[in-house]
Amino acid sequence: MSENNIKIEIKNFSFYYGQKQVIHDLNLKIHKNEIMSFFGPANGGVTTLLRSLNRLFELNHNTRSEGDILIDGESIFDPDASVTELRRKVGMVFEIPTPLPLSIFDNVAYGPRLNKKKSKDEINEVVEQAIKQAALWDDVSDRLRAPAMSLSGGQQQRLCIARVLALKPEVIILDRACSGLDPISTAKIEESLTKLKKQFTIVIAPHNVQQAMRISDRAAFMLMGYLVEAGADIFTHPQDQRTDDYITGRFG
Amino acid sequence: MKKFKENLSGRIFLLFALSSISALALITVFIVVRGIPIISDVGIMDFVFGMNWAPTEGEYGIFPMIVGTVAVSLGAGLIGVPIGLCCSIFLSEFAPPFITTVFRPAIQLLAGIPSVVYGFWGLIFIVPLIRDYLGGPGLSILAASIILAIMILPTVVSISEVSLLALPRQYKEGALALGLTHWQTIRCVMLPAAKSGIVAAVILGIGRAIGETMAVIMIVGNAVAMPESILDPVRTLTTNIGIEMGYATGIHQEALFATGIILFVVIMILNATAQYITRKKSG
Ligand SMILES: Nc1ncnc2c1ncn2[C@@H]1O[C@H](COP(=O)(O)OP(=O)(O)OP(=O)(O)O)[C@@H](O)[C@H]1O
Ligand SMILES: [Mg+2]
Repeated sequence: MSENNIKIEIKNFSFYYGQKQVIHDLNLKIHKNEIMSFFGPANGGVTTLLRSLNRLFELNHNTRSEGDILIDGESIFDPDASVTELRRKVGMVFEIPTPLPLSIFDNVAYGPRLNKKKSKDEINEVVEQAIKQAALWDDVSDRLRAPAMSLSGGQQQRLCIARVLALKPEVIILDRACSGLDPISTAKIEESLTKLKKQFTIVIAPHNVQQAMRISDRAAFMLMGYLVEAGADIFTHPQDQRTDDYITGRFG
Repeated sequence: MKKFKENLSGRIFLLFALSSISALALITVFIVVRGIPIISDVGIMDFVFGMNWAPTEGEYGIFPMIVGTVAVSLGAGLIGVPIGLCCSIFLSEFAPPFITTVFRPAIQLLAGIPSVVYGFWGLIFIVPLIRDYLGGPGLSILAASIILAIMILPTVVSISEVSLLALPRQYKEGALALGLTHWQTIRCVMLPAAKSGIVAAVILGIGRAIGETMAVIMIVGNAVAMPESILDPVRTLTTNIGIEMGYATGIHQEALFATGIILFVVIMILNATAQYITRKKSG
């Protein structure tokens, strides 16, 4: 892969909650238009790493990081860089779908409404496109004004994906976004992710190894805060014994 | 034996529960029985909308006092609610831990100060300020509104803070992750999501303002007349009872009970609204 194909570069990155170090000197490059997944046993630091990519960990008091993360070659920790712009560029979908207590339409529209000065028509278009991209349009096109809470769990999660897409991000992070969902919803989301990677860079924490195998172009195995290995053929040819053990179900 | 004990303790709790409910029922029945005759004699319209209150001469119109009550509580709400809301947003979102640990109990402490102390402070401090700088007698709607605004702060702050803190953390994270600023997140996501709790806080606060008597008697002037400005003295429903109960007898006393009924109805409506709003799931 050539250098200008790199979207995110994580350099000597360490992370601490208070005194406790939960990510150890991590180095990794994530390419444009790929689905990169981070997997591993519980408490491996995946969530922490993903929340570092959009600086969401800053909500927790008493955290500290070392090293650097570059997106398009620019440090996200640059004092001049705007956090809100970073977060628009790096959208995030969480484990538990959390639509706001608004209508389906407004859930997707409120981001674009606040962020840019746009006409009503433009917003309608952005919202429709985002809902379609998230494979939700067929479910909700006739009831966009219904409360988002009336959707099923899987639909709510796709709505959360749609509201991220409506902001036209460049990177999309999904932390266990399918863990509470039924297989059909999961399949729909996975299908739309494979389509979306043509436009975006996608970073996910899959909810199990099978999902990682199904959808990722490359995967990284995280163990106790260490990146053990990363690569495209990690599932077929793991380099490290621990990776092999985990994939084949000997621990974790 | 164990079964028997459990049965017994259940009964005892039931007894206590019943006694408190029956106390409430007793008071209600008493007020209604004593107050209804005069309302039906005078006529509900003439009682509620009558402009003259001269119980010794057989005039029983409480409209000026209803206006007084509304004016004073509305004023308290207009001053107290924005301040209280800002306090709760500050406490739940911005204040560093060491400030919350001081600030939160301090506001709760306000609830523990006896109302006569508020009234006294208002009389000595607020009333002269208003008289000197804004004119009028000082004893006024404005003075009472200011004092009541302070008195309802603990209610408004604590209930709206709790409803903000009770929001799922993911609402906030989801909004921030979309690139909203902290303030946009509060304004566009958290406040609307906590709306029902905040509305309840406001209604309960205003309910408290309507019911407050002692502090208001001391600073509101108690003149039974339609006010023309917020610098005029008024009499409220509660202060009417408070002032005249000492010497009222016969029909006059009944008229005070009837005032109580009106007050009771107003507060019941407010509380019911608050309950309805908090119970209703938003969305
Ligand atoms: N807010 C926090 N304060 C202190 N320690 C934390 C906090 N959040 C996470 N940790 C710790 O950091 C380590 C990594 O947690 P993290 O959630 O990043 O792992 P994970 O790989 O996402 O785990 P899981 O598989 O459970 O989702 C864990 O040891 C966890 O206990
Ligand atoms: Mg996690």
